[in-house]
Amino acid sequence: MRYIDYMQLNPFQKLGYNLSQFFKKLPGNIARFFKFLGHAIVAFFVGIGRGFANYGKRFVKGDIFVKLSYLIFGCGNIAKGQVIKGLLFLLAEVAYILFMVFFGAGYISLFNTLGTIPSRESVDEFGFTYTEYGHNSMLILLYGVVTIVVTAVILVIYIANTKSAYKAYETKKNGQHLPTFKEEMKEFFDEKFHITLMSVPCLLIGIFTILPLVFMILIAFTSYDRQHLPPGNLFTWVGLNNFTDLVNITKGARKAYTFVSLAQWTIIWAIFATFTNYILGMVVALMINKKGIKLKSLWRTLFVVVVAVPQFVSLLLMNQMLQENGALNQLISLITGQEFAMQWLNSTALMARVTVIIINIWIGIPYTILITSGILMNIPADLYESATIDGAGPVKSFFKITLPYMLFVTTPYLITSFIGNINNFNVIYLLTNGGPTKNTALYQAGDTDILVTWLFKLTMTNQDYNLAAAVGILVFIVCAGLSLITFNLTKSAKDEEAFS
Amino acid sequence: MIKSFKLRRTLANTFIYVLLAVLGLIWISPLVYLVIQSFSGDKTIIPQTLFPEAFTFDNYIKLFTNTSELNFPRWYLNTFVVAIFSCIISTVSVLMVAYAFSRLRFKSRKKFINVGMILGMFPGFMTMIAIYYLLKAMGLTQTLVALVICYSAGAGLGFQISKGFFDTIPRALDEAATIDGATKNQIFWKIILPMSKPIVVYTVLTSFIGPWTDFILAKIIMGDARENYTVAIGLQLMISNDFRARYFKMFLSGSVLVAVPVTLLFLKMQSYYVEGVTAGGVKG
Repeated sequence: MRYIDYMQLNPFQKLGYNLSQFFKKLPGNIARFFKFLGHAIVAFFVGIGRGFANYGKRFVKGDIFVKLSYLIFGCGNIAKGQVIKGLLFLLAEVAYILFMVFFGAGYISLFNTLGTIPSRESVDEFGFTYTEYGHNSMLILLYGVVTIVVTAVILVIYIANTKSAYKAYETKKNGQHLPTFKEEMKEFFDEKFHITLMSVPCLLIGIFTILPLVFMILIAFTSYDRQHLPPGNLFTWVGLNNFTDLVNITKGARKAYTFVSLAQWTIIWAIFATFTNYILGMVVALMINKKGIKLKSLWRTLFVVVVAVPQFVSLLLMNQMLQENGALNQLISLITGQEFAMQWLNSTALMARVTVIIINIWIGIPYTILITSGILMNIPADLYESATIDGAGPVKSFFKITLPYMLFVTTPYLITSFIGNINNFNVIYLLTNGGPTKNTALYQAGDTDILVTWLFKLTMTNQDYNLAAAVGILVFIVCAGLSLITFNLTKSAKDEEAFS
Repeated sequence: MIKSFKLRRTLANTFIYVLLAVLGLIWISPLVYLVIQSFSGDKTIIPQTLFPEAFTFDNYIKLFTNTSELNFPRWYLNTFVVAIFSCIISTVSVLMVAYAFSRLRFKSRKKFINVGMILGMFPGFMTMIAIYYLLKAMGLTQTLVALVICYSAGAGLGFQISKGFFDTIPRALDEAATIDGATKNQIFWKIILPMSKPIVVYTVLTSFIGPWTDFILAKIIMGDARENYTVAIGLQLMISNDFRARYFKMFLSGSVLVAVPVTLLFLKMQSYYVEGVTAGGVKG
């Protein structure tokens, strides 16, 4: 179809066309993805190979000082007069050697076993018992990861050092001006400004996001649970055992049973929470924005205030109002004139789940109103007019015009909020804390627990860190997959230069 | 025909008004209940009726004077201090990263952006245990410094919205300035930043509100060090089994004191919030 034909379609035809195209292109896209992956891997190794080749070339071509700086950082620079730069390189090397000798080497040598000497009780010469601590697997793992990261950083510095030495040598040989330290510092505020800007945030993200992430991913492959708690006990590598524990459904396998049933509830919860909020919120937004309705901003503010109040306040409040002697039961008693004491959150699984979804509507609709109001105003009015002339009522035009149009425009938002609901810790934890917990077949979970609240319980109250890490990885894979689809749907990534 | 159409429209609008009024009442009534009960002067701590019979400021006064066991003013101050510091650090790092990604062209820029996006997809508290041990190794657990670090260290990953804003500033401005001899550093301070007031305000407000509403991280880091609690975990403590029977009304008044400023700030920045969430979505 040519572009001009496409432009003349109405939004639903466009949506249909896009969907059919999406499925038509799917096999090709998948094939392209793997081709791309193959290329990327090849490019990666070619890059490494070229890096080594250059590394060797610089060594052969350079003078004695360049060769020396392959062993002692910064020699090449110092010999050519870039003293401060050279000293900084040297300092990095000395610091790394000290780090390895006094700290890193010990941990890295135990990394493949995570420690062999367990703690034991001993009796000292006066007859008192005391604990003689052996290896601490947790610290070995953590500091092992730290050591590996530091080593990677020093490798980068090392390569930069050889490059810099060779460059200094070449510049001097050609009789060109060698930039002084001050001049090079100036560069960091102009051509290399991105390094100045990015280094501190990258460092913080590296220490407090990437490092813990690597640590947690590794824990998923260990036996770090409550039976193997350091410093008293050792834990070790167990391969994929934790993952098979989660998916291997045989009779009596509580962990797998819990995982599967919680995963089911998580999906059901995410679907209900996303779509009830989306559709109902849109209906309310349409009512507020309808032509002829006055006091629009008053109505909108009434709802938006709920978004503005911190979630923990409104959720804790809701939790209290739904107690047996809470406000809701009081209200019902007042209206019906009879004593009413329903346990909304604590009787049966079904009751609690339905209540959670309904309360989530109260929490979530205002968000949808906030987000969709602006887009709803942009739906061409003539669509509605022609629908009215053809005799369509408001309900019909909602399902035939508004919903398809909105789905078309807000698919990315929908997927993001779906992911948000999979990870919706606050609502579940603060409202029910996972309860009711009468179902004893579940391993450390209640009927309204979703995977992330289970993860939280496993780590915080249960100390089954390995299982929690495995659950986290699985949740991540699902969420990341969905996010990638969203990202490809939004063309904004490709359009970033549009305004420039 | 025209008359009946008008009549139908009036009927429809009346119906919508009634419906909106009912819905609005449902949505706002829990919050009204919160405010009213926080002024309750009834003898019972847990409200037995929907409307209190007597009104008083006692709950608020007690919240600030009765601090021997649960120290609410201290929590409020803690949260405020943490919010100020993490707001400064987050804003600076978000703006720096966003500017670099949006205006500067360097090797593997795209790769950095993609890695940033993927890192943002991990469930946040998956890493919390590891962060906890890292902070413990640094001897920082149960301190406010740890909270500031946690709230602001990953802030650079939230560059998307600001980057989207910077992208809309014409590049011709940069080029003109470069011809006039400005460095990239000067362009950032003298051209981009003055033009980005809305996004700076947005970043400041979101990062300031964060610590007031976060719950999980603070709980993990603080453990049982009640002195260093923030308002969120403090208020949750007030309705835990040990304290609920004595502190329920103070929980209500404390919630009001937290909710009012946050609500006002949010209402002020709601339009930016919408832009942020739908950024990219509308363009697709």
